[in-house]
Amino acid sequence: MTKIKTLADLRKMKEEAQSKIKLRENSANPDQVVQVKVGMATCGIASGAKETMKYFVEELEQEAIDAVVTQTGCMGYCYAEPTVEVKLPGKEPVVYGHVKKEKAREIIDSYIKRGELVDGIIPVSFKTIDD
Amino acid sequence: MTDYKMHLLICGGTGCKASESDEIKNRLNQLIHDLGLEDEVQVVLTGCFGFCEKGPIVKVLPDNTFYVQVSPNDVVEIVEEHIVKGRPVKRLLYTDPTNDKQISDSKGMDFYKKQIRIALKNCGFINPENIDEYIARDGYQALGKCLSELTPEEVIKEVKDSGLRGRGGGGFPTGLKWEITKNVENDQKYVVCNADEGDPGAFMDRSILEGDPHSVLEAMAICGYCIGADKGLVYIRAEYPLAIQRLKIAIKQAEEYGLIGDDILGTGFNFHIELRYGAGAFVCGEETALIHSMEGLRGEPTFKPPFPSVSGYMGKPTNVNNVETFANIPVILNKGAEWFSKIGTEKSKGTKVFALAGKINNVGLIEVPMGTTLREVIYDIGGGIKDGKEFKAVQTGGPSGGCLTKEDLDIPIDYDNLLASGSMMGSGGMIVMDENDCMVSIAKFYLDFTLEESCGKCTPCRVGNKRLYELLDKITQGKGEEQDIEKLKDLSVVIKDTALCGLGQTSPNPVLSTINNFEHEYHAHVHDGKCPAGQCKSLLRYDIVEDLCTGCTLCFRNCPVGAISGERRAPHFIDQTLCIKCGVCYEKCKFNAITLT
Repeated sequence: MTKIKTLADLRKMKEEAQSKIKLRENSANPDQVVQVKVGMATCGIASGAKETMKYFVEELEQEAIDAVVTQTGCMGYCYAEPTVEVKLPGKEPVVYGHVKKEKAREIIDSYIKRGELVDGIIPVSFKTIDD
Repeated sequence: MTDYKMHLLICGGTGCKASESDEIKNRLNQLIHDLGLEDEVQVVLTGCFGFCEKGPIVKVLPDNTFYVQVSPNDVVEIVEEHIVKGRPVKRLLYTDPTNDKQISDSKGMDFYKKQIRIALKNCGFINPENIDEYIARDGYQALGKCLSELTPEEVIKEVKDSGLRGRGGGGFPTGLKWEITKNVENDQKYVVCNADEGDPGAFMDRSILEGDPHSVLEAMAICGYCIGADKGLVYIRAEYPLAIQRLKIAIKQAEEYGLIGDDILGTGFNFHIELRYGAGAFVCGEETALIHSMEGLRGEPTFKPPFPSVSGYMGKPTNVNNVETFANIPVILNKGAEWFSKIGTEKSKGTKVFALAGKINNVGLIEVPMGTTLREVIYDIGGGIKDGKEFKAVQTGGPSGGCLTKEDLDIPIDYDNLLASGSMMGSGGMIVMDENDCMVSIAKFYLDFTLEESCGKCTPCRVGNKRLYELLDKITQGKGEEQDIEKLKDLSVVIKDTALCGLGQTSPNPVLSTINNFEHEYHAHVHDGKCPAGQCKSLLRYDIVEDLCTGCTLCFRNCPVGAISGERRAPHFIDQTLCIKCGVCYEKCKFNAITLT
């Protein structure tokens, strides 16, 4: 990694980083890039988020579904860990709770492949500072 | 890919399920199937919306229509009107209680404004181990702006104007603290992040460090710039391994980018951050004890003044702030003090993160504007009390705080209101208790904790708390005497007045506050030998009603200590001297022949 030397460089870098995430969001192949974020804070890991994440990575790869599986922090829904956010291209992100292997399978089969929502969605109940 | 035109989201949380949300789902599915719409409309059961007061909830996408208190009988109307004809069913819409207006789009409901995420803005959104994602979300912009465009005085003014107060519990104005440390002349100063989160039930600092470590690093560097420090230390407990690992990765990545280190962004400002590990002692959350622990000494507090701002780590001026306080800083500087100060109440600005735990449905982390009421937190966001039980009290401020009761449900939560009602903000742990919790036992539980965590340096805390604990224990054993309650009160006041540090000065709070609010429970233990909540085992008595006992021997076979005797098909008896009051017989009996008094 090279050092960022000035504030102007940092701003440029922010734009690049943003476009990187944007690229991920509005990929050129909108039907093929799926984003999966697994909540990997202590609460999630204690409830089996590591296995869930591993399962998503392996299964999506095996099924040749072009997806990015990343980890993130605690979403605040500790009662429903492991929690997973799935963002299909061009759609609003959806958060699922209690995602163990079976639920993960269901999410891959129904939601990721066919766009059908699966039971167990956690509704968004907060505003962000950008709202 | 099936392309549904409409989604019906039905709440499957405990509260809504109890109000037949399953039946609503079944009827909807049936009707949609009958009308041949199953390829166009999908019915989905969701987790709790958190709006249990008005459940069951049905939400229609994509138009975000939010129906409340739906009954299975409303299903036909929803389908025929909304789904087929596209006309929302007005009578089921949520009505804003303040102006009697019906709200169709859920985004316009106050409920969604109840949580605003500032400190948690990136938690659960970015990958904490990838600095690029943090940068994409305005990361290090505030630091860059401060270093390149603002003087330390201007930054401090901005922080002061925002009205931000310390989120660790004390609520000291952050900008003022920075200014005081800045104004002390010295060749070496330090910035310390207090990540020694010790309240049982609080875990917001850990979650911030695990989910958004860079926000804390960035804020520490900004603080360093303001007060004239080139060194930052994060004091974190070793029992937070994941937070430590994420912090290490974050520091390394920030150093590689030159956002921490020498000559940051070509401005000539140097700032280095190191970690210091604590062994998990509660008292080390107190800033003087924390500093001693970092110096390699025993984690004992010392008398203030001198404050750390004057003489702290290694005798040098040190600015100590809590994790959540730091996490607010970059947002304040990016969005402006004015924006921040519009959120919250007159004297408490911004938001506060609370960790909901105990007998509440939605255990987790929430972030609400200051001034939100306890009722909104517990019922609207927390989803109400578990198993439909009745709310009794909530302990805020952990072992240093007190309990709030039903009467306090509508108090706007901020630093001053909580103090006025005999509790305190603390770090934001909220332990919710229901009708089955015994308040004497709760006070005993917290005393047990402070007893364990007392460093032993001053007598009031070391001996006084022990005596308090013994009195409470006596009461829960059913051996309490009339004067014990007065003794508890007197002793508590003395400890509060004479203990050296915050730990001792606040440790009697749970005792005083439970006596204040639930004195009748203390009296019930002392006078009647009864525990109203049925928690204190020594005060319970299980008996077999002879007339109802069929002599099935089920209780006899399940009793773990052999306290039950009797012949088959004849009434059984419990030997009270052997009984350990485990309650197994009570649960096992199929004939309700066992009484609990």
